[in-house]
Amino acid sequence: MNPLGFALRNAWLVPAIPFFSFILVGLFLRPWSKKAAGVAATLAIFASAFVACWVAWEYFRLYPPGGAHPPLVPWGIEWLRYRTGLSVSMGVLVDPISVLLMVVVTTVSALVHLYSIGYMRGDEGYGRFFTFLNLFTFSMLGLVAAPNILQMYVFWELVGVSSFLLIGFYYSKPSAVAASKKAFIVTRFADAGFFIGILILAYYGYMAFGQLGGAVAAKVAGRSATALQPFDFLYLADPAVLGKLAALGPALLGIPLLTLAMVLVFMGAAGKSAMFPLHIWLPDAMEGPTPVSALIHAATMVVAGVYLVARLLPAFVAGGSALLVVACVGAFTCLFAAVIGITQDDIKRVLAFSTLSQIGYMMLALGVVSAAHPLGYTAGMFHLFTHAFFKALLFLGAGAMIHAVHSNEIWDMGGLARKMPITHACFLVATLAIAGIWPFAGFFSKDEILAAALGGGHAGIFAVSLAVAGLTAFYMFRIYFVSFWGRPRSERAEHAREAPAVMWLPLAALALLSLVSGFVPMGEYVSLGDAPERGGVDFAIAIPASLVALAGIGLAWFFYGGPAGRAQRAAEALGAVYRVVKRKFYVDEVYLFVTKNVVFRCVARPIAWFDRHAVDGGVNLSARTTRGLGAALRRLQTGQVQAYCVWYVAGILFVLLVLWAARM
Amino acid sequence: MIRFLASHPPGMTHWLLLSAALFSIGLYGLLSRRNAVGILMSVELMLNSAALNFVVFNRFVQPGRMDGQVMAIFVIAVAAAAVVVGMAIFVALFRHRATVDVNRAADLKH
Repeated sequence: MNPLGFALRNAWLVPAIPFFSFILVGLFLRPWSKKAAGVAATLAIFASAFVACWVAWEYFRLYPPGGAHPPLVPWGIEWLRYRTGLSVSMGVLVDPISVLLMVVVTTVSALVHLYSIGYMRGDEGYGRFFTFLNLFTFSMLGLVAAPNILQMYVFWELVGVSSFLLIGFYYSKPSAVAASKKAFIVTRFADAGFFIGILILAYYGYMAFGQLGGAVAAKVAGRSATALQPFDFLYLADPAVLGKLAALGPALLGIPLLTLAMVLVFMGAAGKSAMFPLHIWLPDAMEGPTPVSALIHAATMVVAGVYLVARLLPAFVAGGSALLVVACVGAFTCLFAAVIGITQDDIKRVLAFSTLSQIGYMMLALGVVSAAHPLGYTAGMFHLFTHAFFKALLFLGAGAMIHAVHSNEIWDMGGLARKMPITHACFLVATLAIAGIWPFAGFFSKDEILAAALGGGHAGIFAVSLAVAGLTAFYMFRIYFVSFWGRPRSERAEHAREAPAVMWLPLAALALLSLVSGFVPMGEYVSLGDAPERGGVDFAIAIPASLVALAGIGLAWFFYGGPAGRAQRAAEALGAVYRVVKRKFYVDEVYLFVTKNVVFRCVARPIAWFDRHAVDGGVNLSARTTRGLGAALRRLQTGQVQAYCVWYVAGILFVLLVLWAARM
Repeated sequence: MIRFLASHPPGMTHWLLLSAALFSIGLYGLLSRRNAVGILMSVELMLNSAALNFVVFNRFVQPGRMDGQVMAIFVIAVAAAAVVVGMAIFVALFRHRATVDVNRAADLKH
């Protein structure tokens, strides 16, 4: 008798439904009917969301909250076999964080699909949009469900490709094309590090597999549908294996091998999650349609890096200072992006920088985890969970405003609160949630992150996160006051109208989720190790954090809610500092300088020369030789039967001569 | 001369030499003639030298049997058929080109 329920046994349906829908919509429905393509794609994601929730329900019925939550691989097939006993499988890993991500990704994606039916109406690429959206959802779910690191890598790249397609959706617009290329190249660059990390882990994991594989396989027996392989997370996260890997000793410049591998893996994660200094692609990625920004650059793709770190967190903990790198990069990005966010005028760019900042929060939460203080793990996942809802809501709300005003500039909006009451209410909920005001979702998760940072003994990181809480509240309420309060600043804003129901319904659903998702006792569901995390709010932290957030809101009101001109004067008073922040600390310019002057001149040009002359020259030489030989041989073909006869007779004579010579 | 020949009937070697000479003349003609009809005639010479070989070997190696003679009849029949086909082609070529010079019929090149 199989103890697993229907949904767990068929957990593959969660990524498979979007995949089949992608094929169906892309190949058959799209040329046939736009409307059918949109509806079918949306229904498929809703079906997938339903299965994901069912899987979650069955998993937590099998392992009730508050207890241990061992990972399961309820479904898997052998994918690539190198030789007996060494193969790569494709499967579905079910554990609390993958279940969490599946539910979040499918829910947000379904709502974004629904919203897009309204938002993309009349667009030329309507069917194409839904095709790509389905492909993206499939890739993300495959990544989340990956039971081994190689499957994760495959889907990781698929996510990269589909985000490339979606960012460059308006491919006739040069800026969108440039943004999609930038996103792809930056993430690919980071993925090179990830891949080297995978190779190190897989190689040494395989070396130790003969010794430890049997014991680990016995431990997970009955929980995995496929035979244990050295690439599986079940194997790589095992303490015995990690102990073995950690004991390998220094590899490069005295850095232990495992630390090096984990830093490289984190490089990949930082690329996808747009951590400093690989963050440059995310603000530009706002060139894509707004639902894409909501889905990819808020709720799903950018949290792939966080998910990767969380998935390999035991290895990071064993990797020692690798985790410190995570924490520092997270904390720095958190602050850095929040500061830039204050000065941006494009509403989607502000939201993009706030995404960077919030992802930085999650990273730093994971970074402060130690064996003694595993709270950061729960906190990071909790923030991922709540952030997905309120950030998607912010983007979709921004999309509704852009739809109404036909401009991304917050200074073209204003007074929208009366024109678009539903959007206004939803946006306000999301803004309060991200600012961390009780009882909205962000309050609870941010509180947990602050508690984790303080509990882990990282006072500096705690201070940074507390400061960023204030900054977040400030820049979010800046755009809120500017765009919703005051009087309309443009003709379009004057005549803005509320979005249609198909667009505000998802907003309302997400607003509801942003309101209630904070009350989920996350510690009982997601925890590192077997013991649940203590729930509840730590008032010693929550009160100062709330005060900081309220101060941020107050400051935002002072500058942007009250009489006009105060912000202008403050910016002028700050002078050069303001300009540097406004230009995003010139990071893009530094990149451009480095690529143009160093990479292009010193690396790309010699390589191009070598390619053009040595490689192409070799190819051309072989072609020319062949052609010369052909030209010479062509002379033989005269078309004269008699000439052929001469060759024939000469051949016979030659053969006879050889035979005669052989007889001698 | 006649008496000499009557008292010294030619042996196998003589016949084979005659056959080889016929074959060589035919081969030379095949390779050197420009006129298509000449080529056809050369081919006939070569075929006949082969037929002669059959008959000679039949006479001197297995005198009691008929195989070689039968083969010679076959060769003659096939040669006649070949000439018919060949002449038909040359007539067509002549109608088309007004010449039977094989040097000017180099279409196989293309």
